[in-house]
Amino acid sequence: MIALRLALGIGLLFIVSLIIFGATELLPGDLAQQILGQGATPETLAALREQLGLNDPAPVRYWNWLSGALTGDFGVSLSNGRPISELIGARLGNTVFLALYAAALAVPISLILGILAALWRNSIFDRAANAGALTAISFPEFFVAYILVLWLAQTGLFPSMVRINPTTTFGDRIYMTFLPALTLTLVVTAHMMRMTRAAIINLMASPYIEMARLKGLSPLRIVLRHALPNALAPIINVIALNLAYLITGVVVVEVVFVYPGLGQLMVDAVSNRDIAVVQAVALIFAGAYVALNLIADVLSTITNPRLMHRR
Amino acid sequence: MSRDVLLKIEGLRIEGRSGDTWTEIVKGVDLTLHKGEVLGLIGESGAGKSTVGLAAMGFARDGCRITGGTIDFDGIDLRKASEKVKRDLKGARIAYVAQSAAASFNPAHRLIDQYCEAPVVHDVMSRDEAERDAIDLYRRMQLPDPDGIGFRYPHQVSGGQLQRAMTAMAMSCRPDLIIFDEPTTALDVTTQIEVLAAIRDIVRQFDTAAIYITHDLAVVAQAADRIKVLLRGEEVEEAETRRMLDAPREDYTKSLWAVRSFARPEQPAPSGQPILSVKDVTAAYGTVNVLEDVSFDIHAGRTVAVVGESGSGKSTTARVITGLLPPKRGEVLFEGSPLPPALKGRTREQLRQVQMIYQMADTALNPKLKLRELIGRPAQMYLGLQGRALTERVRDLLHLIELDPDTYIDRLPGELSGGQKQRIGIARALAAEPKLIICDEVTSALDQIVQEGILKLLDRLQREFGLAYMFITHDLATVRAIADDVVVMQRGRVIEQGPKAEMFAPPHEPYTELLLSSVPEMDPDWLTRLLAAREAGQTPATA
Repeated sequence: MIALRLALGIGLLFIVSLIIFGATELLPGDLAQQILGQGATPETLAALREQLGLNDPAPVRYWNWLSGALTGDFGVSLSNGRPISELIGARLGNTVFLALYAAALAVPISLILGILAALWRNSIFDRAANAGALTAISFPEFFVAYILVLWLAQTGLFPSMVRINPTTTFGDRIYMTFLPALTLTLVVTAHMMRMTRAAIINLMASPYIEMARLKGLSPLRIVLRHALPNALAPIINVIALNLAYLITGVVVVEVVFVYPGLGQLMVDAVSNRDIAVVQAVALIFAGAYVALNLIADVLSTITNPRLMHRR
Repeated sequence: MSRDVLLKIEGLRIEGRSGDTWTEIVKGVDLTLHKGEVLGLIGESGAGKSTVGLAAMGFARDGCRITGGTIDFDGIDLRKASEKVKRDLKGARIAYVAQSAAASFNPAHRLIDQYCEAPVVHDVMSRDEAERDAIDLYRRMQLPDPDGIGFRYPHQVSGGQLQRAMTAMAMSCRPDLIIFDEPTTALDVTTQIEVLAAIRDIVRQFDTAAIYITHDLAVVAQAADRIKVLLRGEEVEEAETRRMLDAPREDYTKSLWAVRSFARPEQPAPSGQPILSVKDVTAAYGTVNVLEDVSFDIHAGRTVAVVGESGSGKSTTARVITGLLPPKRGEVLFEGSPLPPALKGRTREQLRQVQMIYQMADTALNPKLKLRELIGRPAQMYLGLQGRALTERVRDLLHLIELDPDTYIDRLPGELSGGQKQRIGIARALAAEPKLIICDEVTSALDQIVQEGILKLLDRLQREFGLAYMFITHDLATVRAIADDVVVMQRGRVIEQGPKAEMFAPPHEPYTELLLSSVPEMDPDWLTRLLAAREAGQTPATA
């Protein structure tokens, strides 16, 4: 079953790669012209086309691109001629670092808040947690980011710009990236917390929860041991979706904090018409979505005894 | 019996909320239980049995509140006790066995983990001791593979075994009192006996007091020392079991006793072409055959009862007839001509002729539709009725099922009682003006008085419209009441079939014999005698 799911994921990625390639094919303009500028002679243009393989039929070019991508070779950037894998490498690391950092804050916070909100349903705490999370998600990311800059950076507690390079130590990274991570945490917590709360409350009316109450168990134990394990599948899926968002959707936050991540690279590439970079980054984003959803499916299966232990 | 009083409830009043209003559902019930005594609590649904049972643990479901009276458990006032004190009692000194073990075991944990939970939390035993104890009790409850069964998940164990495992779990802290809330209602007759016998034995072995809640008198007669009858939240009468069975005092109790009196008159032998013929049908889910060479006929104006325990293929046969499950081999003939195997291939006219009524009226009716639409849809779809004609038809149908159209036509299913919902299911089937109605366990979820009403209604409709019924049930009392022909199924095969009179007269196939002998009788000694007889090999032992 997991093998089937894996095959489906790979099939999906293949289709996505076709769409990415097809979409960039549809863009108007000539790559060679863009690289050489308006002053190029027809001969040099023709020579560059030949060199880039632009005269080959689309399927051949697609195959060359895809087979290169599979081996980690995305070609060279059209704007500065550097290998794309090199451009992406460091930034992918930064993006994943920020995503994991934000997730490490957001996932435990939303699980704990969600569980407590379910435990103390309709209490002041429940309402405050819901109101707070909804408020945070309702503001645009850049607004949240600037508010945090105003409160936490203007006072000198944390830097408002992230200046990291490969030699920055882990501790410094954690410190310098705190504000973007906190911004992202505020943005994604509401969704996960509310799903946790709803999934648990949904189960609280089931007969086995009543049974647990009639065994004289404490409310916390009932929620943690009897409700939560059965609520994991929807919670895992929402977490996966939000993690995917953290990897692919953080452009605005990266811009605000001048964080050297993939999102900024993508935006720059689009404005420079650097098609090869756009294709590569889009493929990586799609891969992240597919992989995270795949992991979520596998985890949901593993946590469900009805699927793991057949009759 | 001059033993110590364990539980004393006086003047218990409980209110239930519907919308914004609270209405009293238990109206001053008294109850006294001595140590080691078993009290049967019976009544139809809505009588407040479960509510009283749970109140004995100081517990009220969400939407209920205890408003009056005292609950004294062994000197502890459960109404005044703190949550902590009650938590310490629950599971440890008072335990609960729920109606549906399948729903009441947590699907995420192994049976033995759920067994050990209460003893460990209540500091009665260590985890290791509890595990050894669990295996011992599984053995006493005569569960198969007592050493291994605890390490399975609930979905890997059958309903009857789960019910026994739940009784074992309730025993884990050796409580003084167990509340059994309809523990055998959801089981087949053959399984019911095993569970009933196991419950009775274990309660006697440990000298545990019990409140046994059920709507089945014959069942409670086997287990209880005394019986208390409830009606709409009030006590009707209470007496020692034998006296209650021999000489019920109140009219209501007598009516409970007399419920199974309805019987359909003998019909003339069938003639001519059957309405529906199932011919050599073999059907499978995936690669596993669930039906093997099933054949039987249904004639106009007659009722064919299909009986067997769960998993015997009764409902699957219905799915093949309705086209939901195309058979692997064989065919279904309607008035002599074959029906296309799959639903998609059938014409609207063919679909109209066969209608279904389901077991759970609760889930079979769309809760968002008014009765006008629920009943009107098939009339509109199959017969093309519109506007006034449609409204008239819906009103006629409501008349037919004995509900006042003016009052009910714009109600939602949620505003009806269980029996009324099932009547709507019947009206919806009738709206298509079919020739055959498949009734899938339509009375199983109802208590006996309501059952009686539904059976009488079905009988009257059958005589008025010459309908044929295929009546799927595991309840042989119902079969006796309404069937003309009986088909007995076991493990996907037809074991025996024929007219009712023949089927209920010996000699029987061994399996039919087992089914027949498993129907509880209103005799406190019935179970003891039956078990003794089976022990002696006079009747086939349960497989």
